[in-house]
Amino acid sequence: MEDNKVKTDKTDQMSSPLKKSFKADSRQIERRVKLSGFLRNVFAVSIAMTLLVLVFLLVDIVRDAVGWLDWDFLTGNLSIFPEKAGIFGAIMGTVYMMLIVIPVTFILGVSTAIYLEEYAKPGRLKDFININLSNLASVPSVIFGLLGLALFSRLMGLGGSILAGGLTMSLLVLPIVVVAAQEALKAVPGFLREASYGLGADKWTTVSRVVLPVALPGMLTGFILGVSRAIGETAPLVVLGIPTLIMKIPQSVMDDFTTMPIQIYYWTLDTVLTPEYANLAAATIVVLLVVLFLMNSVAIFIRNKFEKKF
Amino acid sequence: MENQTKIREMIQKRVKEKKRYMDKIVPLFLLFMALISVFTTFGIVLTLITDAFRFFAAVPLSEVLSTDLAPLNKDPRFGFVPLFIGTITTSLIAMLVAVPIGLAAAIYLSQFASQRVRRLVKPMLEVLAGIPTIVYGFFAYSFVTPMLMNLIPTLESKNALSPGLVMGIMIIPMVASLSEDAMNSVPEIMKEGAFGLGSTKLEVAFKVVIPAAISGILASIVLGISRAIGETMIVTIASGSSKAFTLDITQSMQTMTGYIVEFTSGDAASGTTGYYSLYAVGLLLFLFTMVMNQLAHYISKKYREAY
Repeated sequence: MEDNKVKTDKTDQMSSPLKKSFKADSRQIERRVKLSGFLRNVFAVSIAMTLLVLVFLLVDIVRDAVGWLDWDFLTGNLSIFPEKAGIFGAIMGTVYMMLIVIPVTFILGVSTAIYLEEYAKPGRLKDFININLSNLASVPSVIFGLLGLALFSRLMGLGGSILAGGLTMSLLVLPIVVVAAQEALKAVPGFLREASYGLGADKWTTVSRVVLPVALPGMLTGFILGVSRAIGETAPLVVLGIPTLIMKIPQSVMDDFTTMPIQIYYWTLDTVLTPEYANLAAATIVVLLVVLFLMNSVAIFIRNKFEKKF
Repeated sequence: MENQTKIREMIQKRVKEKKRYMDKIVPLFLLFMALISVFTTFGIVLTLITDAFRFFAAVPLSEVLSTDLAPLNKDPRFGFVPLFIGTITTSLIAMLVAVPIGLAAAIYLSQFASQRVRRLVKPMLEVLAGIPTIVYGFFAYSFVTPMLMNLIPTLESKNALSPGLVMGIMIIPMVASLSEDAMNSVPEIMKEGAFGLGSTKLEVAFKVVIPAAISGILASIVLGISRAIGETMIVTIASGSSKAFTLDITQSMQTMTGYIVEFTSGDAASGTTGYYSLYAVGLLLFLFTMVMNQLAHYISKKYREAY
């Protein structure tokens, strides 16, 4: 306010109408600048509050998990007594499921991307597959659960097995993996392909020996991020009817299983009866988040270490 | 000598054959793989429609559009209106959180923030976007609901408010990053023109950048709504499974997604009307989200200004 006074005093030497309009102008400018600064702070605070929620979330979960998360919890079997319960079965269930999801989505996803980027001629078919993929990416995950229930569990008779769960999850993450692989292929510069053709290589040699090695780090980054979504996804598996209480460790892909998110879900539902289940759920969440964090770190490491810039 | 040329010819012939073989078989194999995603869509549509058809054949439309929902009764009633209300209410609360905060974040990051702040904040928003929804569900039920109970004593332990708010937080990163992309693609020259005329940063943001990026911003909001409608675990855990018809957000409300989860984990016997009702709800959910996605696609195409 003081600065303002000094400024307006300078206008004393001007003629009266000019002085008036200048005064009004400077007041208006000041107001506009102040409004801009004020709203800038409002925007910044809204971001800060969002990030604060993230902090609250992590603190809440870690606080609940402390004292419950130990080696026995990681290696123990499921039990109805909270003190004895462990999540070894859920961890192994997640691992087994990934043994299906990883190869299936890698082969399907990378092949689809190579077809679309390297082989498909521009036209209806290519557009159709692309539009279909982007639609599929936004279908709610519960709906994939209904597809898996009707197709894999009931029609093929796979029930609530690891195979049924893994295939359902594969279809769910497929669009993400394809789009990531497409981006990686698009980033390969055209002159590399031309150089390869110039040396007399045919299409497949060019794709397999020149394009794929260059695109692989980018593909892997997107692949890991896509697949890690399958680790945290709950709804499709619940819809498949994955049972609540699995005491034994799965031995083959046809066995029933449970995963970490499902374990979290059922423990959270049962906190009304047994309050300690909230601690078990929180401890499982910590394990889940650590796994996801590690996978993301690996993805970022691959991107930074191996990706070539042209 | 003659032998040597013969061998060379044979090798060349084999190489050629192999080449031709690879160039024929590989594209076919890749095309087949690419079509699996198309089959998946057809699979979804087909299973939803056939089983939903069985449901609509057994239950009159007047019952479906009533507020009387009791699928597990001896004489089951399938009025889906409570589910619609639940879905709409929780999504609405979520968007009331996600749209203002998401847009504020986008404006701040694209117009005001320094390079350093941006590099710090964007990965943190990505972390927020990468947290599994089951974790948000646990957070809503074990932290947000008890906290809100201090403010609103009448709040029930399962209610529509808390999952709505948490779902909004989950959607913020999506609205923010899509809108920010749209704002960043507004050409620098337009902003500089406005600055040159004496605009403040805020005026540039609201009078130049937002109008120019409006298609991308609207599309991000529509995609956010679609995400909220399809979100499952948060509402299943924190909003409960009350099938009563209510508009009170302090009460438990079941959403369409929550209905599907509750009914399948309750082991609905195959072949009953209850089992088919899952697919009817699934079909409606699928149609809702598809319409939303097409709308987003249409908006971003129709109103995009090319520079």
